Amino acid sequence: MTLAETGIPTAEQVEGCYPPAAVRARGPVAVFECFQRIPCDPCYWACPRGAVLEFQDINDLPVVDWTKCNGCGLCVARCPGLAVFVVDETYAPGEGLLKLPHEFLPLPEEGEIVDALDRGGSKVGQARVVRVVGKRRGDTPVVWIALDKNLLRDVRAIRVRREEAGGLCG
Amino acid sequence: MTAYDVVVVGGGPAGLCAAITAAEYGASTCLVDRQDSLGGQLVKQTHKFFGSKDELAGTRGIEIARVLSERLARLNNTTVLLEATALGYYSDNVLAVEHGGAFKKIQASSLIVATGASERMLAFPNNDLPGVYGAGAAQTLMNLHGVRPGKTVLMVGAGNIGLIVSYQLRQAGVSVAAVVEAAPVIGGYAVHASKIRRIGIPVLTRHSVKEVLGREAVEGVVVWRVDASWQGIPGTESLIDCDVVCLATGLTPLVEILWQAGCRMTRVPELGGHVPVSDENMQTTVPGVFVAGDAAGVEEASAAMLTGRLAGLSAAHRLGFCPEYGPLSARARRGLASLRTGPTSDKIRAGLQKLKEALP
Repeated sequence: MTLAETGIPTAEQVEGCYPPAAVRARGPVAVFECFQRIPCDPCYWACPRGAVLEFQDINDLPVVDWTKCNGCGLCVARCPGLAVFVVDETYAPGEGLLKLPHEFLPLPEEGEIVDALDRGGSKVGQARVVRVVGKRRGDTPVVWIALDKNLLRDVRAIRVRREEAGGLCG
Repeated sequence: MTAYDVVVVGGGPAGLCAAITAAEYGASTCLVDRQDSLGGQLVKQTHKFFGSKDELAGTRGIEIARVLSERLARLNNTTVLLEATALGYYSDNVLAVEHGGAFKKIQASSLIVATGASERMLAFPNNDLPGVYGAGAAQTLMNLHGVRPGKTVLMVGAGNIGLIVSYQLRQAGVSVAAVVEAAPVIGGYAVHASKIRRIGIPVLTRHSVKEVLGREAVEGVVVWRVDASWQGIPGTESLIDCDVVCLATGLTPLVEILWQAGCRMTRVPELGGHVPVSDENMQTTVPGVFVAGDAAGVEEASAAMLTGRLAGLSAAHRLGFCPEYGPLSARARRGLASLRTGPTSDKIRAGLQKLKEALP
């Protein structure tokens, strides 16, 4: 099944855009899950370090210079497609850090335990919220979560457990 | 009778950009819109837009409405008529408008029609039950008026509107049972589809609505698989429990005033239906009547802003304004061409080619 049929990138697509192990071993780094040529370039303008190479055509897919990316996450908040994430395998022994866009209320609190969801929305584990960045109205909040290092590649969304308790989210 | 160099009908992204551009180059400009505030459909678009920096990519639609409205308000040669409905345009360049309960005549040396598009209906049993909405209507209810359309929604259509509104329904605390799509693939951008998949909303391709159940209101929907010619396959029915059905099955340009003004019209399915025959500078076959945005052919808002700018330049230049028209219009056309080069614009390019062939 292809991305166009399911809305979920294939294992090959995920593998193909994932930064190499040597890059991940250095610290936080952005992962661009952008697989379709559409007219869009805010990630290029978002990066203060020039890590997203200049587009020849506005439909180009972003190309990242890993040597320049420090995983700051500005592009995570800026991507209109919410298709950028930051993974950090060096966060703590056994524990990785994931920065992901999250546009649902109520926002999680720092220290809160949330469900960790994969690209198909299935719960694959849990995570601890470390920080929530960008709470101003209109910003895309970026939630930093600490979780099992083995889940860094698969978790792409969170579910705040209070939402369920309040019956707000189906 | 009041007279303006340029009158723009419709205050969405195309009309706002058209009015701003015409006024910036010195034309006295009047913008007519039937709503009580400017922005058109932008005012309920809570997601960030794609496109290029010039068209405010990465900015939420509602913010783009504010930015453009403020830009227009800063120009002192513009007039805005809100809650005003354009009724007709006549050969003596008079636009008839209903405003504040009165019939008004406005002299328009150049007219720009930027009336947008309307949602398409779908035929199935019980499609007239309360709870069956256009996806855009449900979006207006929740994002503009703060009213949830119901508890659980079935979305019909996996184009960008269906995907985006599904996401926004969840943001508003409404459950989305599924998105059904008759085509074998998702029509909207993959990133929008991925956003709703990872929060647990299923997308059923090759599926459509067989019938809606309920007596007084929607109580559920029977969906079924469809074959390659989009015909339902008996025996594949399943019941989806929901109280709202949202139709996101495409848009049709709103072009009545262009028909009435005598513009040559042509049917181009790739552009959403009947559209006026227009040239690369948005000039229709009636001299002085220009078209912009979805009324010229249904596209993304970023393209609407650029066709609006192009129409504004052309409408002003026709009256002797904008001496730098050559390079400025070329730049706008290049911007449009660049937005339309990708694979997601295949349909638009095919439609525009047909439009070109229809030119006299």
